[in-house]
Amino acid sequence: MSTFLGMPARPPRSPYGTGNLRGDEPFPRAAHQELGNGQLRRNLHKATTTIRAKRLNVTGELPDWEALRDAGSAIKTDAMNRLPELLEQLELKVTEHGGTVHWARDAAEANEIVARLVRATGSSEVIKVKSMATQEIGLNEHLESAGITPYETDLAELIVQLAHDKPSHILVPAIHRNRDEIRQIFLDRIPGVDPELDNVPAHLAAAARAYLRQKFMTTKVAVSGANFGIAETGTLSVVESEGNGRMCLTLPDTLITVMGIEKVLPRYQDLEVFLQLLPRSSTGERMNPYTSLWTGVTPGDGPQDFHLVLLDNGRTAALADAIGRAALNCIRCSACLNVCPVYERTGGHAYASTYPGPIGAVLTPQLAGMHAADDDPNSSLPYASSLCGACFDACPVKIDIPSLLVELRHQHTEQAGTTPEKLAMKAAAAVMKRPALYTGAQKAAGLGRVVAGRDGTISRLPPPFNGWSDSRDTAAPPRRTFRAWFASDEGRATLRAAADEHDRGQGESDQGPGEPDRNQGEDGTR
Amino acid sequence: MTSARETVLGRVRDALALAPTPATAVPRAYRTGWALPDPERLALFTDRLLDYRAEVHPCTADRTAKVVAEVLRDHGARRIGVPAGLDPRWLDAYDGEVCQDAADIPAPRLDSLDAVVTASAAGCAETGTIFLDGSPDQGRRALSLVPDLHLCVVDLSSVEAGVPEAVARLVPERPTTLISGPSATSDIELERVEGVHGPRTLVVVIRTDR
Ligand code: SF4
Repeated sequence: MSTFLGMPARPPRSPYGTGNLRGDEPFPRAAHQELGNGQLRRNLHKATTTIRAKRLNVTGELPDWEALRDAGSAIKTDAMNRLPELLEQLELKVTEHGGTVHWARDAAEANEIVARLVRATGSSEVIKVKSMATQEIGLNEHLESAGITPYETDLAELIVQLAHDKPSHILVPAIHRNRDEIRQIFLDRIPGVDPELDNVPAHLAAAARAYLRQKFMTTKVAVSGANFGIAETGTLSVVESEGNGRMCLTLPDTLITVMGIEKVLPRYQDLEVFLQLLPRSSTGERMNPYTSLWTGVTPGDGPQDFHLVLLDNGRTAALADAIGRAALNCIRCSACLNVCPVYERTGGHAYASTYPGPIGAVLTPQLAGMHAADDDPNSSLPYASSLCGACFDACPVKIDIPSLLVELRHQHTEQAGTTPEKLAMKAAAAVMKRPALYTGAQKAAGLGRVVAGRDGTISRLPPPFNGWSDSRDTAAPPRRTFRAWFASDEGRATLRAAADEHDRGQGESDQGPGEPDRNQGEDGTR
Repeated sequence: MTSARETVLGRVRDALALAPTPATAVPRAYRTGWALPDPERLALFTDRLLDYRAEVHPCTADRTAKVVAEVLRDHGARRIGVPAGLDPRWLDAYDGEVCQDAADIPAPRLDSLDAVVTASAAGCAETGTIFLDGSPDQGRRALSLVPDLHLCVVDLSSVEAGVPEAVARLVPERPTTLISGPSATSDIELERVEGVHGPRTLVVVIRTDR
């Protein structure tokens, strides 16, 4: 490693996160099992088709949608750049308004903080608002082991919890279940439910209402996540639909909010952007039914004891990667899942992480690492994509997921790849970085085919990618396969030239995997 | 021992030092300062509310009490809750029982109310959103949440055309609730169903001359 001779010592990279961020088997194997489940595929197809149409309707009707996306993307990038000062400001403001701020390095620490706070109240149960962060750290499991019963109150989370199932979607965790299955789960698991309950969604929702009503009225402690935390004012926000969020945020005596450090926004005014981007992208509504905004404690209104737990758990590891950190801009709308042809066929469980789908494929390996040499299932995630680009088109904060996937594949092959794989990856990386070459390759082959499967042969791309064009917002490139293009003289020449150029661009430096600065010097811009 | 706080903040600084990026300017080319004449704002706001299956009653301010009483009667609401600062004249024509809320009334008791009547802080026509901020005429958050019917009186002059204009009206430190239609869920096959834990019926009385 000769790169940084003469430079000051580089700071250490943060440890990776822990919790529900890693499965037992690689994506292709997990996906293969899920693909055998016809019911799952029908459920997913129906749901994602519905939501795609709704989203396009409500994003299309705004004349300034693209300008909102640009603003949203820049606000998040700016927030990441200024994270230390913003977090300190948020802490100060929450404290000024009567809240208590806690910091957690990882999942275990966050879990312990929450359990300790609950114990201090004397309560042995908590009601929970759907939250990705607490799912990620496995809070429910930890609370149960500490003798505290968590009750999920979001309808989909309730379905998942009652069925001892796992969430499969970041917005609609029970998307893999249809109404008949949900009816059966309720009949089997809700004490005292009407045995005549049918499968009409409104009736199923009413059954959940009746079941949870008493919990809302009597439970003294609630645990929530947060969609946004405003540094300027100390205001926290939960965006929801059912009113279970309002119940949890309002009725208990104690509220504990677990928030990833990347959720901080600089200004209150920034809400004007995200309150437009998020609902339209997630449920395809102009506005979600309920959004709660609260700042510390308000005398006479809501919980009088408020705790904010700020969670790292691998976020700083992701932040140290100049390219990969864009994944931290995610506002968890789930649009990228809903348009993804891979997700639509495999479902969320195949990703084996709290974060499935395209964003999961880039976020999970960065939060929890991909230890390629040890056959880590996470190192298969960057390949769980056809790179069709639909996710990038749909993302309200313009995260270029395909490029991030390519970058992660690159990092993976640098760590563990075989020679042909490395060649293809180098070529792909070079092609991606040069607009003219990139466009040429895309024209010839479609971006989806530019990058090889992990064993270096194209045929090993996970199976069902041929349906990708129906979920794209824009016209698909010509359907000449990468294999055909690769086999042609033109393809071979292009890749060879690109690989050579890539090697030249690397210059003397031989930066190892995980070095965040890698590739930045390639175009001679630094 | 280093505290978690110092460790996390230190890691963030290290990460930014490992991968420094130039300062980002935020382009705010999206629509702001959007204004619409009263009739158009009313039409847009009404359209959005109806789309969420809220019930909408436009009226002039002098008819507030009459409309409120009619709505409550039509829904069979015999016992209603009101925040302490609600204009008492709005209930002049109502003949049911009126319970004034107070901070020390336990939330489960609110469950026995047939309805709640509140004012509002602001509105957004384009998204059909009502903003409550806990002012005396809106009350604490539990009051507008637990009863199954929420009747909300909105002055048209407080309804802005778009989201940025409406957000600009808010006071950040106040506990604020954005309400867009009755409670709903899309959790079953991503189909919207109205009516889960929040009020299953939302009635909006829009006072067109206020
Ligand atoms: S990556 Fe973008 S599209 Fe996907 S969930 Fe996050 S914000 Fe939404």
